[in-house]
Order: sequence, then structure tokens, then C-alpha cells
Amino acid sequence: MIRFDQVSKRYPGGKDALSRVSFELADGEIAFLTGHSGAGKSTLMKLVIVMERASQGQVFVNGMNVNRVRSGQIPAIRRNIGVVFQNHQLLFDRTVFDNVSLPLLIAGFQHREIGRRVRAALSKVGLADKERVLPITLSGGEQQRVGIARAVVNRPALLLADEPTGNLDPALSQEIMNLFDQFNQVGVSVLIATHDLDLVARMGKRQIVLHDGRLQEGV
Amino acid sequence: MTSGARAAVTRPRDRFRAWMANHRRVLGETLVGFRRDWGTSLMTWLVLGIALVLPLFLYLLLMNAASISGGFEGKPRISLYLDSGYSAQSGKALAQRLADGNPAELVVYISPEEALAEFQSRSGFGDVLNSLPSNPLPGLIEVTPSDIEPGALRRRASEYESLPGVSMVVMDVAWIERLFALLSLGERLVVALSLVLAVGMLLVIGNTIRLAIENRRAEIEVVKLVGGTDGFVRRPFLYMGLGYGLGGALTAWLLVQISLWFLRGPVELLAQSYQNAYSLQGLGVIETLGVFVASGLLGIIGAALAVNKHLREMDS
Ligand SMILES: Nc1ncnc2c1ncn2[C@@H]1O[C@H](COP(=O)(O)OP(=O)(O)O)[C@@H](O)[C@H]1O
Ligand SMILES: [Mg+2]
Repeated sequence: MIRFDQVSKRYPGGKDALSRVSFELADGEIAFLTGHSGAGKSTLMKLVIVMERASQGQVFVNGMNVNRVRSGQIPAIRRNIGVVFQNHQLLFDRTVFDNVSLPLLIAGFQHREIGRRVRAALSKVGLADKERVLPITLSGGEQQRVGIARAVVNRPALLLADEPTGNLDPALSQEIMNLFDQFNQVGVSVLIATHDLDLVARMGKRQIVLHDGRLQEGV
Repeated sequence: MTSGARAAVTRPRDRFRAWMANHRRVLGETLVGFRRDWGTSLMTWLVLGIALVLPLFLYLLLMNAASISGGFEGKPRISLYLDSGYSAQSGKALAQRLADGNPAELVVYISPEEALAEFQSRSGFGDVLNSLPSNPLPGLIEVTPSDIEPGALRRRASEYESLPGVSMVVMDVAWIERLFALLSLGERLVVALSLVLAVGMLLVIGNTIRLAIENRRAEIEVVKLVGGTDGFVRRPFLYMGLGYGLGGALTAWLLVQISLWFLRGPVELLAQSYQNAYSLQGLGVIETLGVFVASGLLGIIGAALAVNKHLREMDS
């Protein structure tokens, strides 16, 4: 699903955020991406969705070398990837329904199909009764779950989550992780960046560890 | 799983329908947005309307000036003085031939007797003329050409001069040339003013759209993140630009109508004092349509420039 081949990323005027990183995430696999703050986790995720381009090496997503794609092809790639990014949160002037339906509107689904899928996604994350409310009235954990519903509503083959439990207490964090695990069990490939090592240990899944932009693959 | 998701939107008919639905939705949201931010919208429409109305006023002034000068001074006439031996019959025949050649034009034969009668009634030399043994005036043909462009008039005159039986061709072309020079100067002024104000409108609309983009920055980022194309991002802003452009055109149109209504009475009074039934000309259907189309296009272009700039900045 994802393959990095000797990938380096250097931001303009900075040191290497990633150096010669190679790893593979198989179809239907789930893995945690860990490492200290500034290790390069977010950068790695941005390379996958082509928000940034590698300075060296190749990034393959679903067999496609995304380093080479024209900017016009990027939207099509992103429609097949669900993202839960910390700094790209919900739109607070839109209802939960409107937030979750956005990827479907973009993909050009029809009205009735949109309603069906949004309700399905919301009920999967346990928010079936909240579609009409504004996100601001929800708790942190609920907001995060709306974000997850938005990420999976288009039934992507790959799910990326960057620090999805950042501000949540351990119980809620565990719930969120279980949710990702459930999506993985129905065949979605999942990559989760987190620094919550206790939680990762409890989940008992594969870990990909970054340190100063270099890979130290563990379990 | 993904193939199932895709199948719903890859059939061309479905894709077209989704595209249409998206346009409908964006149009609805744009209208709601104008109503919500009616203060800004109204201000923008007013600014655009005033910018548009300036060249329109100048244009109307020109149009009315042209038609007034046509109406008061008469269309330029070409007078063909015939040889004194020319009989009334052959004079009429020649006039008929000229009229047949240009059916749209007024061609009148004036016999020596009619010419004399008119001269007597006008000049006050009646007694003098009466004392002459014979009528010294020749017959003449008066042509009122439809094409009053000076070059065409000159060609026509030299054509008439070569006709047998025509001794002299007289026309007054100088005032027409002056009029044409003035009108074409005015036309250029309209064009120059329109261009300058079009740039101004682009800037106003571009800036208004830029603020709207600024307000929806987060939304644009999310849209791009979940696979929205540049076209999808652009669409609401293009509609917004179109709305500003059309609203500006409507404002300008209203300003023109109000001004015409305001001026119409005095102008008709003035015309009556000259025994003339002149009424002010307003904008025709084509001209009105032209204003709306041009202004709408400017709106779309201004918006596109603003969004494209933002998208470029995002990518880099
Ligand atoms: N847009 C950017 N421009 C310059 N440097 C950046 C940018 N984004 C991240 N970095 C740097 O790259 C390194 C890795 O950052 P990041 O990928 O965000 O790490 P993490 O997500 O693991 O905390 C850090 O040193 C950070 O300062
Ligand atoms: Mg990060």
C-alpha cells in the first residue's frame, strides 16, 4: 500500500526531516509510526498524500510513484486516502453532517448516496444522533470521531492518522485506537503517528520508529 | 471496497449529474452568502455600479448627441444641379433611376418652377425674380444618403458628377466631418474609460474575493486535503465574482434609468422650444445585455485571478 525507497526530505533552509527512509506497509496492514517530537512523523505522512515531495528517493502509494505525479493528479490520489490530521480539523461553522459529507461532495456522489454513507460512517464512530449539531457543541473525543468519520466516509483503501489522540485522556484514546483497529479488520490499511508509547504497546501492532528522521524499525 | 466506491461516480452520465448538482448547490450557497453578508455585498455592488455608470453616461451622451445633430440639422443632402436644357420629364426619370439604385434613400426631383417658388418664399427677392423674363433656376435632384460617412459621401458625389445632364454637385461635408471627428473622439474616450474602469473593477472584485478566500482558508485546506480539485475550490468564488459583476451591472442599469427619468422632462421641454419632438435615448436591449455580460465576465475573471493566486501560494 505504501512503499518508501531511500526517501529523504529536506525543507528549504533546514536540516533533513527524513534521511534515507525505506519501509513498506502492506495492503490491509496496520502500523504505528512513533518517535520523538520533530522526528519526522508528520513529514512522512505529508509525503504520502503529496502535501510535500521527497527531496530524494521514491514514494509509492498503491503502486503509483507519487513523487512523479502532476499536481492535477493529486486530488485523485487523496480521494483514496482518508486522513485524520491534527491541524486540519473540522469546520466549525458547518454541521457534523456537512463536515463528514465533504469528501463525498468532492468525489461527486449523489444526494441520496451521500446521506446514506454519512449516516453509515457516523454510526460506525458512534455519533449517529449528532449529524445536525455543530462540532463546537461536541466533546474533544466526539470531535475526533467526527474527523474519523470524515476520513472513512469515502471508504478509502488507506487511512492515515497524525496524532489522533493528542489531547484525549487514556480511556478515550483507547476507544479511538480500537476504532482504527476495527477499520483495519475490514481491510483498510492504517498508519497512525503517535507518541503515546503506552497505548502502542497495549495495541500490540507493528511499530515503525523514527529518530531524527532515520528509521529504527522495531517489533 | 474502493472499486465499489468509485463505480458510483465514474459513469459519465452520473458524473455530469453530480457536476450539475454541485453547481446548483454552490449557486444556492452563494445566494445565501450574499444575503448573510448583505452589507459588504451592497457596498461592492455600489462601487462596481458607479464604476460602470461613468462610461455608460458618456456613451449615452454621445449617442444622443449623434442623434440630435442628425435630427436638427437634417441628414446631409447632396444636390445635383441639372443642365438648364434638361426637361422636367427626363429630370424625373433620372431621379427615379437614382432612387431605384438605392431604395433605402430619399430622392426628390425639384423642378425649376418649384425651385423658384421656394426661393421666392424664402429669400424675399420675389419681386426681383418676378421681373425677370424667364426662370434662371435649373431643376435639381436632392439625394439624402443613408451612409453619411464622409469618405462614402465624397465617392457618391464624384459618381454623380460624371452623370450626363448633371452640371454641378453640391454638398456640405465639412460639418459632418467635424461631427464624425468629435464622435470618434468620444468613442475612443468611452473605450479608454471603459478599459481603465474594467481594470478598476477587476481590482475591486479581486480584493473582495481575496477577503472571502481569507475567511474560508481553513475550509480550502480541508477541501484540498480530502481530494478537492482546484476547480472545486474555485467554483464558489467564481459564482461569487459572477454575483458581484451582475449586481454591479444591475446597479449601473438602475442608476442610468433613474438619471434618464430625471432628465427626460427637461430635455423634452427644451426640444419643444425648438419645435422638436426629441426624447432622450436610453440603453437598448443589446447594450443592456452587453453591460451585464461584460460585467459578469469581469467578475468571474477577477475571482479566478484571486483564487488562482491563493492556490499557487498554497502549493508552494
Ligand atoms: N514546513 C516546514 N519547513 C521547515 N521545516 C519543517 C517544516 N515542517 C517540519 N519541519 C522540520 O522537520 C522536522 C520534522 O518535523 P515533523 O515531520 O513535523 O516531525 P513530527 O511530526 O515527528 O513531530 C522538524 O525538525 C521540523 O522542525
Ligand atoms: Mg507531527
